[in-house]
Amino acid sequence: MLHIYCPHCEEYREEEEFRPKGEAHIARPKAPEETDDAAWGDYLFFRKNPRGVHHEQWLHAAGCRKFFNVTRHTVSYEILETYKVGQQPTARTTDKGGAK
Amino acid sequence: MQRYSGFGLLKHGLSHHENWQRAWRNPEPKSKYDVIIVGGGGHGLATAYYLAREHGITNVAVVEKGWLGGGNTARNTTIVRSNYLWGEAAWLYEHAMKLWEGLSQDLNYNVMFSQRGVMNLGHTLQDMRDIHRRVNANRLNGIDGEVLDVRQIQELVPIMDCSRSTRYPVLGASWQPRGGVARHDAVAWGFARGADARGVDLLQQTEVTGIRESGGRVLGVETTRGFIAADTVGVVAAGNSSVIAKMAGLRLPLESHPLQALVSEPLKPVLDTVVMSNHVHGYVSQSDKGDLVIGAGIDGYNGYGQRGSYPTIEHTLQAIVELFPMFSRVRMNRQWGGIVDTTPDACPIISATPVGGLFFNCGWGTGGFKATPGSGHVFAATLAAGKAHPLAAPFTIDRFISGKLIDEHGAAGVAH
Ligand SMILES: Cc1cc2nc3c(=O)[nH]c(=O)nc-3n(C[C@H](O)[C@H](O)[C@H](O)COP(=O)(O)OP(=O)(O)OC[C@H]3O[C@@H](n4cnc5c(N)ncnc54)[C@H](O)[C@@H]3O)c2cc1C
Ligand SMILES: [Zn+2]
Repeated sequence: MLHIYCPHCEEYREEEEFRPKGEAHIARPKAPEETDDAAWGDYLFFRKNPRGVHHEQWLHAAGCRKFFNVTRHTVSYEILETYKVGQQPTARTTDKGGAK
Repeated sequence: MQRYSGFGLLKHGLSHHENWQRAWRNPEPKSKYDVIIVGGGGHGLATAYYLAREHGITNVAVVEKGWLGGGNTARNTTIVRSNYLWGEAAWLYEHAMKLWEGLSQDLNYNVMFSQRGVMNLGHTLQDMRDIHRRVNANRLNGIDGEVLDVRQIQELVPIMDCSRSTRYPVLGASWQPRGGVARHDAVAWGFARGADARGVDLLQQTEVTGIRESGGRVLGVETTRGFIAADTVGVVAAGNSSVIAKMAGLRLPLESHPLQALVSEPLKPVLDTVVMSNHVHGYVSQSDKGDLVIGAGIDGYNGYGQRGSYPTIEHTLQAIVELFPMFSRVRMNRQWGGIVDTTPDACPIISATPVGGLFFNCGWGTGGFKATPGSGHVFAATLAAGKAHPLAAPFTIDRFISGKLIDEHGAAGVAH
């Protein structure tokens, strides 16, 4: 069971109160009509899938119902930090494999 | 290859079963192969087998970082069915179903394929509309399917609570009589033995750590046992596909999630079919050994940890106990997780890549065991010809750019 610190409620709560919502920091293309198919497809469907440290959005669904971001390791599942939307993480993304 | 038969069993009995041939060799890697398959799960081994058997390509290696079939192949709940909604998916899974029906004979290896029928329950009016639509689509595609009412369900599964007093009453079900289960280890071993007998090198404990390429063409793979050259590389690495794609500088529309299963202590026979419910999210069958094999949905977050979360187990067992009150006192023996590679449309990717000679077969997510022979068969044809087998052609990576998705997620709410 993960214990997750909600930066809005400012306390630790159990995993079941939260919903993971996928990769964080994805910006919607500013001018969709000028975005080509490859960039649009990338925005809609292609996600980082690191075997290592990952930044993701979570929703405090059964709590304050606000979104926030989590930096979490995808093998150990250890949570390194949580932070509000709009803030930047301190832990960098790491990944296995990525020779380039 | 020593053929297995009743007579052979008798003969080896006379020498106390001490002279059986090894099922496959444990060779040293050669410096170069025509084709390298990365990943020695069911799909990778089936690909190697059909490359040798159907296309006469035998200078092939399967490179596996652990042991054969130790990934999702040995972790899945073995449900086999082909009643998918959309033509493209249904044809692919039905192709696999036809191969399953002759597989034990073909491999001379008992994969214990048991067509005991698969039932998908409906609990809401919308579930029932979707079930009717899917069964009708299946029948138009020549795939067996029926819609069952509650009375018919109760006859097939007397121990299920079909009363109106459950939290989500059962309203009906789809039923595919040709669906069922198979023994997952035997599938990996049968394909491995057949491939080895035709000359394929099975390289276990050999991890791929890099993809070497030059001028936009693949040259081979870097491994923990050194560089191995190949003209063609087919990656069949399930939950770790993204990791290998990254080695070649590619991005795939995949996310890896833990999916878990659990088995109970062995019981006397109580359930002779497969029952699944997407709505309450649980499914169960009983193995020949007698244990209940239970599974559910993925953990919502990305993970490579090969273990699942406790809230998911609790959620699954709530659903199972609500449907089968008599299971409430059954003890669970073991629980584990596998890492499944999910795509946005819940359909696989069988595709060439921008790197010449490098192909991926992945994205089977929570439901690829049922496709094992078909996946290997069409991927082998794709590797042999250098272009997609007709049944594989709709499953390119490009569909996530063109928008031509095969939306099994929204349409059929597929689980396994
Ligand atoms: C709990 C659970 C239940 C499931 N239930 C069902 C079900 O009922 N029905 C169904 O149809 N499907 C089911 N599935 C899905 C099914 O198991 C998978 O879709 C299928 O097994 C994928 O096949 P595979 O042989 O390609 O995968 P795997 O057996 O995982 O093979 C991939 C192999 O690649 C190897 N590998 C990875 N990285 C490297 C590397 N760098 N170098 C070398 N080798 C590498 C791995 O070690 C692994 O052996 C379930 C999955 C899980 C986890
Ligand atoms: Zn909160």
